[in-house]
Amino acid sequence: MKSLLQYMKDYKKESVLAPLFKMLEASFELMVPLVMAAMIDNGIANKDKPYIIKMGAVLLLLAAVGLLSSVTAQFFSAKAAVGFATKLRKSLFAHIQGLSYTELDTIGTSTLITRMTSDVNQLQNGVNLTLRLLLRSPFIVFGAMIMAFTVDVKAALIFVVAIPLLAIVVFGIMIVSMPLYKKVQAALDKILGRTRENLAGARVIRAFCNEASEMEAFTRENEQLLNVQVFVGKISAAMNPITYIIVNVALAVLLWTGAIRVDNGIITQGEVVALVNYMSQILVELVKLANLIIQLTKALACAKRVESIFAIYPSMENGTAKIEQKVTENAKNDRDIINAVSFDHVCLTYSGGGDESLTDIHFQVKKGETIGIIGGTGSGKTSVVNLIPRFYDATKGQVQIFGKNIKDYDSAALREKIGIVPQRAVLFKGTIRENLLWGNENASLEDLEHALVVSQSKEFVDAKEGRLDYMVAQGGKNLSGGQRQRLTIARAIVRNPEILILDDSASALDFATDARLRQAIKEMHKDITVFIVSQRASSIQYADKIVVMEDGHMAGIGTHKELLAQNEIYQEIYYSQFPKNEAAGAESNV
Amino acid sequence: MKNRDKKERNGSSKNIMKQVLNHIGKYKFYLAFSIVMAAVSVVLTLYIPILTGQAVDCIVGAGAVDFDGIWEILKTMVVIILLTAVVQWLMNTSNNKIAYQVVRDVRDEAFRKLEILPLKYVDGHSHGDIVSRIIADVDQFSDGLLLGFTQLFTGVVTIVGTLLFMLSINVPTTIVVVILTPLSFFIAGFIAKRTFSMSKLQSETRGEQTALINEMIDNEKIVKAFGQEDMVIGKFDEINQRLEKASVKAIFFSSLTNPCTRFVNSLVYAGVGILGAFLAIGGYITVGQLTSFLSYANQYTKPFNEISGVITELQTALACAGRVFEFIEEEPQIPEAADAVSLTAPKGQISMKNIQFSYNPDQKLIQNFNLDVKPGQRVAIVGPTGCGKTTVINLLMRFYDVNAGSIRIDGVDIRDMTRKSLRDSFGMVLQETWLHAGTIRDNIVMGKPNATDEEVIAAAKAAHAHSFIKRLPQGYETVINEDGGSLSQGQKQLLCITRVMLCLPPMLILDEATSSIDTRTEIKISQAFQTMMKGRTSFIVAHRLSTIREADIILVMKDGNIIEQGNHTTLLQKKNGFYANLYQSQFAGN
Repeated sequence: MKSLLQYMKDYKKESVLAPLFKMLEASFELMVPLVMAAMIDNGIANKDKPYIIKMGAVLLLLAAVGLLSSVTAQFFSAKAAVGFATKLRKSLFAHIQGLSYTELDTIGTSTLITRMTSDVNQLQNGVNLTLRLLLRSPFIVFGAMIMAFTVDVKAALIFVVAIPLLAIVVFGIMIVSMPLYKKVQAALDKILGRTRENLAGARVIRAFCNEASEMEAFTRENEQLLNVQVFVGKISAAMNPITYIIVNVALAVLLWTGAIRVDNGIITQGEVVALVNYMSQILVELVKLANLIIQLTKALACAKRVESIFAIYPSMENGTAKIEQKVTENAKNDRDIINAVSFDHVCLTYSGGGDESLTDIHFQVKKGETIGIIGGTGSGKTSVVNLIPRFYDATKGQVQIFGKNIKDYDSAALREKIGIVPQRAVLFKGTIRENLLWGNENASLEDLEHALVVSQSKEFVDAKEGRLDYMVAQGGKNLSGGQRQRLTIARAIVRNPEILILDDSASALDFATDARLRQAIKEMHKDITVFIVSQRASSIQYADKIVVMEDGHMAGIGTHKELLAQNEIYQEIYYSQFPKNEAAGAESNV
Repeated sequence: MKNRDKKERNGSSKNIMKQVLNHIGKYKFYLAFSIVMAAVSVVLTLYIPILTGQAVDCIVGAGAVDFDGIWEILKTMVVIILLTAVVQWLMNTSNNKIAYQVVRDVRDEAFRKLEILPLKYVDGHSHGDIVSRIIADVDQFSDGLLLGFTQLFTGVVTIVGTLLFMLSINVPTTIVVVILTPLSFFIAGFIAKRTFSMSKLQSETRGEQTALINEMIDNEKIVKAFGQEDMVIGKFDEINQRLEKASVKAIFFSSLTNPCTRFVNSLVYAGVGILGAFLAIGGYITVGQLTSFLSYANQYTKPFNEISGVITELQTALACAGRVFEFIEEEPQIPEAADAVSLTAPKGQISMKNIQFSYNPDQKLIQNFNLDVKPGQRVAIVGPTGCGKTTVINLLMRFYDVNAGSIRIDGVDIRDMTRKSLRDSFGMVLQETWLHAGTIRDNIVMGKPNATDEEVIAAAKAAHAHSFIKRLPQGYETVINEDGGSLSQGQKQLLCITRVMLCLPPMLILDEATSSIDTRTEIKISQAFQTMMKGRTSFIVAHRLSTIREADIILVMKDGNIIEQGNHTTLLQKKNGFYANLYQSQFAGN
């Protein structure tokens, strides 16, 4: 909780004023029994009607002032609580944005989403209640005790015994139920996960007629949640009755002691009534306190869960270097020498992944070259290209971009120069234009149009209503797979990158479109370094260099001709796609 | 205009209330028990002030204390206190049970709905919003319900009980109390009305935020790749700020209820004090009775406060419940006819006649589609992206229903057979691989839950998935998370193929089934596919012409229509035919 308190910083004034006004209201409330006692002892005993009316007026005044302070307090506490939650959510979201791929892999998205939503909401409620009631309730409890002392010291000792007893009960229940609320939240997480899964996998679940078993699993998990909830409920339901017993037994003792004191002429009847009133005020306040504690227990559990996200730091340290702007005339020669990308005996092990996913990857790429990466499923093609924008850090060896260790770069500046088209074609809710501007928010209309042409999207975008202003649904659901894929390519091109990475991103395109796409990219500009990851030999066969991957190792590097001549694996791949006789025909076509 | 809006809103909130009550109806026993316990607890609680008053009357002054009387009274008091505590606990526990069970029921129902909603709904709505309805809204609704039940009953019974007890002591003072307290109701009602729309706005904005969180965190990697963290944070902040405004308003105004009603309390208290004092001077009531009255004045108004608190809470709960029930009441997919036949071991003769279909009434897609497939034939569908290939499959599996025309399998319209038997007859592998959280084995046995280990391994070997599964940390028992975690796209696809290999249904649908698998593995799998397809009617959507070449029927689709139909040889002979061009293009290179 402590580290989250910083989000209250801007609401210092509110967080002081809210409880202050609440306490003000409480003090007015505490005066009421004294006024009443005076009424009984002076007014009724002396049959003094004007005095009674005067005291009645005092009661009304206390009520009015109480109302004012209370409304003020509610306002400040609502403002502070909501403000706190808003800041917290913002900063949590920003924190998540700062995490690297490795952390995202380990935490999992559905956890992140519950933390962002329901946990923060619970915290907001918690803060609101705390500001309003956490000080007020103890204040009334102790205030009532102190007031009791002013009436009669011996009778007040009963309060001194009752209050710690109450405290033990209240905190005891809190300590017991705290870990149980965590369990509730975990059970809820499970249900959330399953719901999301069933939305995403609706097609497959139905194709395999698994609706019934999914329902069954959900019902089972839902039942588990119910059981934990009911169990916790039983414990916290005990709070009110126990406090009720303590307060009322204390009341009985109070009456007995009071009777003796009055009999001895030490206190008056009116004062006994005042003492009784204080005792019942304590009861009323405790009921509120109990509810507050339940809410707070929940909120604290949520606070811990939120804090645990904040405690995860991105595992990468950011460098400061930027990629130099377009090269000047004299530097041109340097550039020819400097490699755009070089892998120096690189190994990669994913966290928690066990074995090495990449072993001893070693190659150099000159600026302006096109590199094909080919290999079987799970051979590590994507892992290789994921290292170029520094999504992951190499566990051994070094990746250099334009002659500098990749770790020396500022990641944002580095990625600004890299356009990547991932395997999974993801678009976001918004217009096509907005999606393209992801690549570069300052892109001009011509840049966008050009990107559409290069990515072979122009034709279908032209057919859409509103063209660039056509609304893409969440996840791009209103576009076909191939259309989505082409737009993700366009998005990368809008970036006008120095390095373009196409990670198997033409898989949903037919051969003709794929070929036109590669042609167009090649014509874009000479300096661009292009990585094409593919399983289609036709997609990479005209690359300047082809890296052949097999089981995380490099099985070969060279041009199509070289590889076809000597590399067994490449031959196997190639001939699986172009049976020998037809391949020969294709070659002669070129 | 405004008035009409309000009326509609009231109407709908009444409707929601009815739904809620329907759900509670199941727990009549608990409800009745709870009501009885509430009544008992209230009567017992109310009896305490009377006893206190009597005790106070025994304590008149020095030397005038009736100790025997007090002792008797106190003995009764302790018994009643203990009884009250037990009864309260029972009531709280059974209220908890009702609330949590209703929530469980609602969630179950919502989830069941999720499984039978037409895919059109799932495809067309934000998943984040649906999740937030089933999880967050139900939670809010449960909190409101819980508070509502505990307090509504006790509140009502307390009011009635207090009234009776008060009348039994003194009539005029009772009248003062009765006249003043409805004010509190009035104020609370006034506030509640205002708050409903505010809390609705709050919950809508929250839904919007959850949707954004879902979309962005799900695709966090893309966000990072494009360095769009700041833009996303900006978008988030905009909603966050709107949410802040809406929340401050909703929370502040709903929290006004308490202070306002407490103010009315104080008025009542002062009124009773003044009138009671006058009556006491006149000798109409004793000081002890005045004490009882004062605590009644507190107790009588307290339930009014609580009820009004409950009303605001219920407003929020109702707004949330409304969103849940709206989801539950969505039109489900067309139910199966009672006499729906079960398709058993179909021969696989499929005829599609005059089919018309579109996802969106404004955009025509498939028009006048006709196709006859003989048992065991292999149908390949090719065409440019977005031409409707996948749609044909959506129709075959009856994920969507045709708008006109019919699809018959072995002469039976698919709308006349059970969905289960239809889908069981098809084995489907989609381009978009979907795995659910669980072990690898769980994922494989989706279509055949009782498969033996030998069968699973045999299927995995056939799909060439066995070798990589074996290498996973726990082999077939390795637990993967919802998005497949560290598995590559191709490995996921292999798992999906294994799934189908395991159940071997009479007909097959392969929609880009091997798009992410390298060609060498593909060749091996396709041998398995060949064996699998032998004698089975199959539909294949693919870009790789090598997969298509051997099909009996090749459909070339464009813009929802079949433009060419034939086999590889006949289609190639067509000069400048679409297929012929497509086939040539893969060798065209760049």
